[in-house]
Amino acid sequence: MASTVEELTGLAAVDPGIEDVVANAARNRGNTPPSDQTMVINMGPQHPSTHGVLRLVIEVDGETIVALAPDIGYLHTGIEKTCEAKFYQQVVPLTDRIDYLSPMTNNTAYALAVEKLLGLEIPPKAQWLRVLFNELMRLNSHLVWLGTHAMDIGALTVFLYCFREREKLMRIFEAVSGQRMMTSYVRIGGLSLEPPRDLYDKIRAFLVEFPSKIDEYEGLLQNNPIWINRLKGVGYISPEDAIALGVSGPPLRAAGIDFDVRRDMPYSSYEKFQFSVPTSTVSDVWARFVVRMQEMRESVKICLQALDGMPEGRIVADAPKIILPDREQMKTQMESLIHHFKIVTEGFGVPAGEATSSVEAAHGMMNYYVVSDGTAKPYRVHMRNADYANLQALETMCKGRLLADVVAVIGSIDIVLGAIDR
Amino acid sequence: MYDPASAIKGKGAVFEAHPEHPAVKALADLATDAKFDRDELTITVARETIVAAAEALRQAGYSYLEDITAVDWYPSEPRFQISYSILSFSLKQRIRLVVRLDGEDASLDSITPAWPAANFYEREIFDLFGVHFGGHPNLRRIMMPEDWKGYPLRKDYPVEGYR
Repeated sequence: MASTVEELTGLAAVDPGIEDVVANAARNRGNTPPSDQTMVINMGPQHPSTHGVLRLVIEVDGETIVALAPDIGYLHTGIEKTCEAKFYQQVVPLTDRIDYLSPMTNNTAYALAVEKLLGLEIPPKAQWLRVLFNELMRLNSHLVWLGTHAMDIGALTVFLYCFREREKLMRIFEAVSGQRMMTSYVRIGGLSLEPPRDLYDKIRAFLVEFPSKIDEYEGLLQNNPIWINRLKGVGYISPEDAIALGVSGPPLRAAGIDFDVRRDMPYSSYEKFQFSVPTSTVSDVWARFVVRMQEMRESVKICLQALDGMPEGRIVADAPKIILPDREQMKTQMESLIHHFKIVTEGFGVPAGEATSSVEAAHGMMNYYVVSDGTAKPYRVHMRNADYANLQALETMCKGRLLADVVAVIGSIDIVLGAIDR
Repeated sequence: MYDPASAIKGKGAVFEAHPEHPAVKALADLATDAKFDRDELTITVARETIVAAAEALRQAGYSYLEDITAVDWYPSEPRFQISYSILSFSLKQRIRLVVRLDGEDASLDSITPAWPAANFYEREIFDLFGVHFGGHPNLRRIMMPEDWKGYPLRKDYPVEGYR
């Protein structure tokens, strides 16, 4: 407790997290002074179940949580500031590092915002490939979520199986972009590379096999009494609170709000794909588990549709002053060489204005807000990630529950600290 | 390619072009400026009326506060632009609500008491831009250390930081 810190050290308590949690607890009690019944516990920032460097300051009465305050910023690297000093095309690799479990989704969101500023038309093949890789990224992210969530609860085996499948996805990402994690595959105006010839067959083989793997995970967990007891009825949030706190993604859909950016405000030709949006009304950790498992099955369907209907054509827009020319052309045609030189050394100007793009990332709604002043460098780039808002709802979900439930609830909101601290 | 002539600028022009837009109807009295550009509606309100404007939008069905962020237009004045991105689930559209603030007196009312989602976002703007939100329940730095000097996302703050 804050007072104890003062007594022990003779110094005023400067730990902001503790002040925060004491103030919150006081509000919860209706501003009555703290009783000596409660105790403040520090969890993190080096805690295996906080999924990164998240610190939680928790006030408990016995084992029951009275107040909880997240303390973030340990991973703050000032990416938004860095973006302002780079050319538009140089920002793409920075976006990979925001939500490092789904880099191509970040790339897509950023590219969509800049393309909106430029008014660029993206060819169908590039849009289909974006959809395909966005959904593979969702599988990738959900696999890490399931593995780590299960490991937090104590089911260590699931982690190994999830990472077995994730490894296959990593190989696919490596084959298409040359990188396993920081892919930078989606670029402004299209994609960076034509996929290799046998890639579609590899992806199809993975997708055909994958639903049986989801059955396997469900077989491991769904009837396990420990799993059921740790998840059911834990971490409830009412739909009203979820909206008021800005929760999005699977936790919002598990609270009974049927909203998915892919279906309701489609981008990148999602309106041409048939898929359903899983929802639940129970709004506990179990419901979020069920919603995500069904989402994986839907993603497989979308990927297969993308492969079946893959259009022919170019993978970049027709804008020689914005998109780097083909290497072959660059070495044989003077004009292409000039364009290449200009783009690399001076960047390209973007008409002044502001634009917001919104995509449905694995963790929820991801918006990129890009402001241009007409020069070759963005005036301001702001990322709105679902993780940041979902973390705000953690206290509402945990209050009144047991301390051990915090671990289950953190797993269920599926946060990546890279996306929160930026 | 983007055609700058396609943008509709000014309150009168936007309100004439989109008279049936729910956000336009809700903010008919409070708006001081408006812009319809790249299929995005931006409405500017005075800083004194931000809480009333947010409430009016909520009544009009814009129930989901997605994001709040700021832009520093240093050295021009008014220096700060606070952008609120608000979404309506039923209308399936978003609107950008903007407040412009002078650098001398960068403060406005917090909407956190009415809209808890604003909590972290307002703290982030306070931390990185030094804009003060009156009535915020817990206005402290969120990303930077408590004892940090300066506001890193301001344009007069060097990218490399002070050394």
